[in-house]
Amino acid sequence: MRRAQLVVVGGGPAGLSAAAVAAGLGAEVMLVDDNETLGGQLIKQTHKFFGDKGHYCGVRGVDIATILSERAGEHSVTVLSATSVVGLYPGKVLGLANGDSFRKLGFESLVIATGAAENSIPFPGNDLPGVYGAGAVQTLMNVYGVRPGRRVLMVGSGNIGVIVSYQLLQAGIDVAAVVEALPAVGGYHVHAAKLVRLGVPILTSHTVKAALGAESVTGAVICRVDGRFRPVAGTDRRLKVDTICVAVGLTPLAELLWQAGCRMFHVPELGGHVAWHDEYMETSQPGIFVAGDVSGIEEASTAMLEGRVAGARAWERLNRRTRESRDIIDSARLELGSIRKGPFGEKATCGKQRLAECVPA
Amino acid sequence: MPSRTSEPDGRLDRHPILTFVRGRRLRFFFNDRPVYGYEGETIAAALVANGVKVFRHTEKLKRARGFFCAVGKCSSCLMIVDGRPNTMVCTEPLRDGCRVEQQTGRGRLA
Ligand SMILES: Cc1cc2nc3c(=O)[nH]c(=O)nc-3n(C[C@H](O)[C@H](O)[C@H](O)COP(=O)(O)OP(=O)(O)OC[C@H]3O[C@@H](n4cnc5c(N)ncnc54)[C@H](O)[C@@H]3O)c2cc1C
Ligand code: FES
Repeated sequence: MRRAQLVVVGGGPAGLSAAAVAAGLGAEVMLVDDNETLGGQLIKQTHKFFGDKGHYCGVRGVDIATILSERAGEHSVTVLSATSVVGLYPGKVLGLANGDSFRKLGFESLVIATGAAENSIPFPGNDLPGVYGAGAVQTLMNVYGVRPGRRVLMVGSGNIGVIVSYQLLQAGIDVAAVVEALPAVGGYHVHAAKLVRLGVPILTSHTVKAALGAESVTGAVICRVDGRFRPVAGTDRRLKVDTICVAVGLTPLAELLWQAGCRMFHVPELGGHVAWHDEYMETSQPGIFVAGDVSGIEEASTAMLEGRVAGARAWERLNRRTRESRDIIDSARLELGSIRKGPFGEKATCGKQRLAECVPA
Repeated sequence: MPSRTSEPDGRLDRHPILTFVRGRRLRFFFNDRPVYGYEGETIAAALVANGVKVFRHTEKLKRARGFFCAVGKCSSCLMIVDGRPNTMVCTEPLRDGCRVEQQTGRGRLA
């Protein structure tokens, strides 16, 4: 069995940053990702990034993925793509599956940066073909250039909902409406305003009640909801759509952390169960680190910064503290702090605070 | 190269900010019917481009299922590929001549 000094699971912005930083400091790094192409969520993001702080502001997500992958390559990170980590066993061993083959890989230190999976919500017909996650719609149209449908109902007006709606319009696909159960739009106002300008109604205090159709979606029933999210009688409306896109949040992909025996806590602000971690991203299991969405749903800029902290700290644990490793950690933490003070950082800050107050026991 | 006019209209050919570089054109089979896709795509993407949405039917209630997450995380997209049931087609690369069939229930191993 092969054993690597540092294994990074997940090749999104968090994992790529962790791998590049650790390899740059001199660690022998293997990066495992289950896709053919590295970049995680970024490869389907065709819009320019937001924010006034992060250095990638104004760059398209898909281009950031290329830049990060190249950087990891320059630092000679060994990449195992199209490979899933399917288990974590005692004695610091990972199980890797690639097609029909299975093998083991040992590690001294581990960074888990597996990202998140999309949530769904319950309504009759939510299992019909034509009800798709927002990430799936993005993958189809932005990565493969395939039309997910002709007319779409978007459920959720958070950042993802408004961004994907706009991307649908860019691709020449109709968006019948965006429904949002809360009384106000959750996402970036710039994107929401663009939608309204293009004639897409954003219906707040509304939800999807049912998907219609026998073999696939042929329509949707929407209705108004009251302050406690209960449907208001007599407000049902039918929309003729062939696609219902659900953009209702993400849940951290934390299976490997459970298997590792990390202390887990449920923190709603972070999207679900997350591993307790210290300010250097180390979990309650020494030598096992987290970074990015798996440590709490946030955004790409914070994922990259957490990745840098985790990568540098993992290297320190294997070797020693140096001036260089400290500088990386200090500057990344400083930037994290300032991003989290921004308008969209409030929820995460609150969540991370709650997590820090939990005792890893 | 095949002419543009033969493209099924499930494909986006014009986009304001993206250009789609498609690989070699491949022929494959959906329920024994010949259809076309491109090297570098997943089976799911090629099927949707051909207007196919129903990938399988469930064991008990025979409910139709298509894909949901498109990233290999939800198991909604299981089909029979070259005789092998329960293949996750949203991550399975399209191969020249492969035979893709709708699956019913849990699938049977040959
Ligand atoms: C529609 C949308 C729009 C967004 N827009 C913005 C924006 O404008 N600005 C912004 O800052 N952020 C944005 N984000 C958020 C940002 O994309 C994510 O926060 C970021 O990608 C998280 O990075 P990550 O590295 O933690 O995870 P991911 O990017 O999800 O990467 C995780 C990787 O790990 C792989 N993986 C998971 N489990 C395993 C396993 N067991 N074995 C092997 N590999 C595994 C996954 O397949 C994936 O490739 C957006 C997200 C979405 C969905
Ligand atoms: S669509 Fe979710 S696993 Fe394929």
